[in-house]
Amino acid sequence: MHNMSMVSLQEIVDAFNLKVIYSAKNLDDIMISVADVTRPGLQLAGYFKHFGPDRIQIIGNMEISYLSSLSEKEQNKRLSHLMASGIPCLILSRHHEASNAMLYTAEKYSVPLIQTHETTSSFYASLVKYLNVELAPRTSIHGVLVEVFGEGVLITGDSGVGKSETALELVKRGHRLIADDLVEVRRVSDTTLVGRAPEIIRHLLEIRGLGIVDVKELYGVSSVKQQENINVIINLELWQEGKFYSRLGNEDETTAVLGIDVPSLTIPIRPGRNLAIIVEVAAINHRQKMMGYNATNALADRVFHSREPEEKKKQEPKYRNE
Amino acid sequence: MISKEVCFACDAETHMKSIALLIQKASNFDSSIYIEKDDRRANAKSLLGVMSLGIDSGDQLKVVAEGEDEEAAVKVIVDYMTDTTKEL
Repeated sequence: MHNMSMVSLQEIVDAFNLKVIYSAKNLDDIMISVADVTRPGLQLAGYFKHFGPDRIQIIGNMEISYLSSLSEKEQNKRLSHLMASGIPCLILSRHHEASNAMLYTAEKYSVPLIQTHETTSSFYASLVKYLNVELAPRTSIHGVLVEVFGEGVLITGDSGVGKSETALELVKRGHRLIADDLVEVRRVSDTTLVGRAPEIIRHLLEIRGLGIVDVKELYGVSSVKQQENINVIINLELWQEGKFYSRLGNEDETTAVLGIDVPSLTIPIRPGRNLAIIVEVAAINHRQKMMGYNATNALADRVFHSREPEEKKKQEPKYRNE
Repeated sequence: MISKEVCFACDAETHMKSIALLIQKASNFDSSIYIEKDDRRANAKSLLGVMSLGIDSGDQLKVVAEGEDEEAAVKVIVDYMTDTTKEL
């Protein structure tokens, strides 16, 4: 399920420890839905073509020195134009204090004025990064997310198939649990998916017959992780007679999540199969493939190599002077 | 796929039990069943998933089911959620 993400101005103020100079409205009610941020230099000079009034505005040394070169009346006029366009807020960097014209126009159009101690470009960069993560497209997936040998493995499958039990055994084997049952997935870039657990159920596992188990309390901080990239998806399903299951592992199966194709495997389960070990091997094998080695291809090379004509094989080690 | 809105009713003391029974009821069906609250969705057969929604008495929820027995599933779940206290 997709939904439009938003973040409130109050959350941004809290995340960056900003100082609110002036605000008429409750900052919880001002929602930001675009990750772009603008330095309104051109707008202060009077040019408003292509201007996105739904973006956060940041002004620093340059804009402030430009404004101060103008008469008070002119400053009011320029700032009014900017404030009246419906911007969510105006952020002043480097501890700049709000001028009289800023305070006057901000009050007139009830635009919050906020101050940061950071320099303009570094604040700009961190704000854009923060917004990209917070506003990333997201979805929730029924599954278990574990980190195995550094790879984020998302285990999916029907209820009762043994996802949580597999996760528990992986934790016992020294790997880390990120989320059980429900994984919140965000697409933070065009190639990266990040998963984490909803706060209410973070680091809990449900094992049938035992109930709820707090992995962090039982196995310690080293057994859990807050969030992890999703590198591979393993789908567990009950063994169905007659269904084709990969034998060679060279079929590149992928599962699309939020528009990103994630390498995936379908593993049939049957009593007696040790799932934790299979998941471990799947993770290492995926890593090896990413490093450019594919065991199936290597096997194919050996098979075909052994069938090459005798003469050709003899020719091969040319560098050996016999 | 069918869905139905329901106002969840439970007793504060038996809150957890009510949800556990909900999971049990959902698990009896073959259909995929989901509970939605605001813009979040959880698998109704997963205890932690439903818990993560932070459901409280009086919340407006949506039950979604997809599969062969979807109609029976939605009916049973919605009936149960409308008043969870009578079955405990």
